[in-house]
Amino acid sequence: MLPRGSRGPLPPLLLVWALAACAARASEITFELPDNAKQCFYEEIAQGTKCTLEFQVITGGHYDVDCRLEDPDGLVLYKEMKKQYDSFTFTASRNGTYKFCFSNEFSTFTHKTVYFDFQVGEDPPLFPSENRVTALTQMESACVSIHEALKSVIDYQTHFRLREAQGRSRAEDLNTRVAYWSIGEAIILLVVSIGQVFLLKSFFSDKRTTTTRVGS
Amino acid sequence: LALYFHIGEREEKCIIEDIPSDTLLVGNYKVQRWDIHIHDFLESAPGLGMFVTVTSPTGEVLLSKLYGPQGTFTFTSYISGEHIICFQSNSTRFAVIAGSKLRIHLDIRVGEHFLDESAIRAKDKVNEVNIRLEHLIEQIHHVTREQDYEREREEKFRKTSEETNSNILWWAIVQTLILISVGIWQIKSLRDFFISKKLV
Repeated sequence: MLPRGSRGPLPPLLLVWALAACAARASEITFELPDNAKQCFYEEIAQGTKCTLEFQVITGGHYDVDCRLEDPDGLVLYKEMKKQYDSFTFTASRNGTYKFCFSNEFSTFTHKTVYFDFQVGEDPPLFPSENRVTALTQMESACVSIHEALKSVIDYQTHFRLREAQGRSRAEDLNTRVAYWSIGEAIILLVVSIGQVFLLKSFFSDKRTTTTRVGS
Repeated sequence: LALYFHIGEREEKCIIEDIPSDTLLVGNYKVQRWDIHIHDFLESAPGLGMFVTVTSPTGEVLLSKLYGPQGTFTFTSYISGEHIICFQSNSTRFAVIAGSKLRIHLDIRVGEHFLDESAIRAKDKVNEVNIRLEHLIEQIHHVTREQDYEREREEKFRKTSEETNSNILWWAIVQTLILISVGIWQIKSLRDFFISKKLV
């Protein structure tokens, strides 16, 4: 049910979201992190909100990045070095601006493409139970189950897309590496073997001149 | 507009969106400038604008416009692939001014179709469910488009792997042939050389 990108306010829940106290938001961004660079993102979160940060490195080098999540006081909630993929859930202990950073400072010349998905808050229910007099009708409960199923479809689709992109990036790297190394090896092979013969010939030619001089 | 990040005044920041064809992408942004005097970001700096450039996978520029400090931009992809969305402020001040930076709030939505306003106001339950179902169908079409695109990408992946495989085989054969022929040439050449030098 949720399209890719920032998923809230969800269109069918526009009215519901306006009434709901806590807004559910999700931001996913794919960006390029140059070598020796650090990129930080900030988000204001209310206390008690359950949040999830998920990231994956899609292309570049060893496909790893440093990630760090800090709360408004500067306390480090999550810190991992050289991770390819991770998912971290936490509940905001206080109001304020939370900060998470991705660092490629350990890399000297490889750019990394990083994807992250930061979800704040739970999705509000499709049919709110506040001003209901009856239980959900069959139609409505069918809608709810379709909504849940589609949410997981989108989730799996995103994960698969990222894994496939990573695999494809590795395959393309491998292909270019095989091509260049093979050409290089063939050239080296030719150069070395032809060089060997001429070098040997030159040894014998020098000896010749020395013997002649000694003779006379 | 919750998520934000900082960039330098003249810096260009790009994000990548890998989307299938015929997909609508809507972006909301807000930019604020750091003020040295009050040590905070100004709510709205006058004259501050944002160049938004969208490049398609083939390198063609789909969108290149100057927006105000806060705005919305949309575009529909024609081709499946990686679209690059770049932001650069129109600030003419040089980054030499210490501590000068911009805060960009960003919210990108892909494949979202806006629910018809009438659905919210529909008093008739049947109508409301109808419209929600139509919206659901639209979403499922988006899922299908994504899956078709995924199929294309996987095929490209498979082709690359098979190309690597045949590359390895081909180059191994070529190298072995070079090795054998150069070895034979070496022996022949040396033998002729020694015979001519009357050492053999």
